[in-house]
Amino acid sequence: MFTARKSRLALAAGTALAAALVLAGCASSNPLDTPSDSSSGSGDGDTIVIGSQAYYSNEIIAEIYAQALENAGFTVDRQFSIGQRDAYMPDVESGAIDLFPEYTGNLLEYLDDSTTATSPDDVYAALQDALPDGLTALDYAEASDQDTYTVLKSFADENGLKTIADLSKVTTPVTIGAAPEFEQRPYGPAAAKEVYGVDLAFSATGETTLESLLAGTIQVADIYSADPAFQTEDIVALEDPENIILASNVVPIASSDVADEIADVINAVSAKLTTEELVSLNVQSTVDQKSAEDIAKAWLSDQGLV
Amino acid sequence: MDEGGAHPAAEDDDGEGSGMNVFVEALAWLFSPERLEGSYSLPVLLGQHLLFTIVSVLIAAVIALPAGWLIGHTGRGREVAVAISGAARAIPSFGLMVLLVLLLGVLRIPEAAIITFVLLAIPSLLAGAYTGLEAIDRRVLDAARAMGMTEWQVFTRVELPLGLPLLVGGLRSALLQVIATVTIAAYVNLGGLGWPIIQGIPLRRFDQVLGGAILVAALALIVDLLLAAAQHAAVPAGLRAPRTRRRRATAPAPASA
Repeated sequence: MFTARKSRLALAAGTALAAALVLAGCASSNPLDTPSDSSSGSGDGDTIVIGSQAYYSNEIIAEIYAQALENAGFTVDRQFSIGQRDAYMPDVESGAIDLFPEYTGNLLEYLDDSTTATSPDDVYAALQDALPDGLTALDYAEASDQDTYTVLKSFADENGLKTIADLSKVTTPVTIGAAPEFEQRPYGPAAAKEVYGVDLAFSATGETTLESLLAGTIQVADIYSADPAFQTEDIVALEDPENIILASNVVPIASSDVADEIADVINAVSAKLTTEELVSLNVQSTVDQKSAEDIAKAWLSDQGLV
Repeated sequence: MDEGGAHPAAEDDDGEGSGMNVFVEALAWLFSPERLEGSYSLPVLLGQHLLFTIVSVLIAAVIALPAGWLIGHTGRGREVAVAISGAARAIPSFGLMVLLVLLLGVLRIPEAAIITFVLLAIPSLLAGAYTGLEAIDRRVLDAARAMGMTEWQVFTRVELPLGLPLLVGGLRSALLQVIATVTIAAYVNLGGLGWPIIQGIPLRRFDQVLGGAILVAALALIVDLLLAAAQHAAVPAGLRAPRTRRRRATAPAPASA
């Protein structure tokens, strides 16, 4: 079955494959680097480099910034869908990227995990302190994309629920579903118990959180506040009067050397971006399947910004 | 929600230690008394892990063993069995599990996971069953039939015992693969020893991640040792290599008439 010729052929193929793998391994590019098709980088002259996360909602916001700046006469270089903070923060900090749509709470957590700020203003102030020199936070928008304690509207009506504390009124056991790490977060079930006196069982529903809430296997869900489901489903976020949840509003992070030039344009955009607006932008992307470009263009003209 | 990526834990984040440092922290995490409390205590996770492993391997055995024995006994269908085993090993378990959860819905998550683990275990059990029977010397089977045994008796009294070591080998292989793979069950909220890993990564608590990984590895090693012993014990007494005297090459002299 294995002739000498076949053995030699197999050996040659195996060696070629091994050589290819070794050569690939020798390539010096770091896969976590931002794509190298970026132009020379820092914003000299009029070119503003705008980045975004690999998150469709973040990309829409970045596209809105891009079109608003283009309309104001700037040249924009788009570097979208880069990835997570570990991938893009180095470029933002170095100035290779001039403008990035971020979220106050999450970025603060990343820069300073010992923070105790939770309300929108406190978080924004703490963020401004925590940002490295060379970066400026422009005005934050009312739009937030943060954790919530969300229930079905029918459940809220049946039990008279308005705030998280009201969950104590429910006579049957209440389970909250969220991503696995939520169980250990400072605003997780332990905080709900300590601050609001609510007993919650935890279920690590992760990606299936919304489906589980709709199916009834959990009673409370951590649905992020910009999720399209707030428009497409009958769900409502419970109020958090004691501010246990870390506020996370959309905030443009800009390199300090371009911040003054672009502040007016971008702050005008942020002034119009409410959570409801952000949710409808997201719905247009997930439900209507429109492109970020089209969504941004329509929104900017509807808001009278272009 | 935006790409969280880095959410350092509020309390301690010593994840940036050197290699040895993280290992020591992992052991500290593992042996901390907190590991015995709460709904994600280690005994609970271990129990969940073993439950999914055993149920999946049992179901896979019910499917694969009779099929393997039939193939081994009749000698037919071997190519099909080899092809299916080969193809089944190539299935990406994580992708399949997530796909099944999407298809079957959130009310059928345990079923989706078990189907995935069963499909993973079948190739090894199938191979263990039919190779065990194939390895038997045909003359032994001829002798059995010549003695007047029915096919069923040949199977139960000759083929099964002789094929047992390879069968246990297949069982060992299946168990190891499933134990390692049940770690992904934590991703779909089924608990198990993968939970510290799945939760620890977004929290950046690498002592927790490593602790969970150590546990899975330890469980796999223990099970492997137990089954190696079982495999050894499964060799029929008559087949064991004699330790001392060799058998005499010639028959002893017949009793004188």
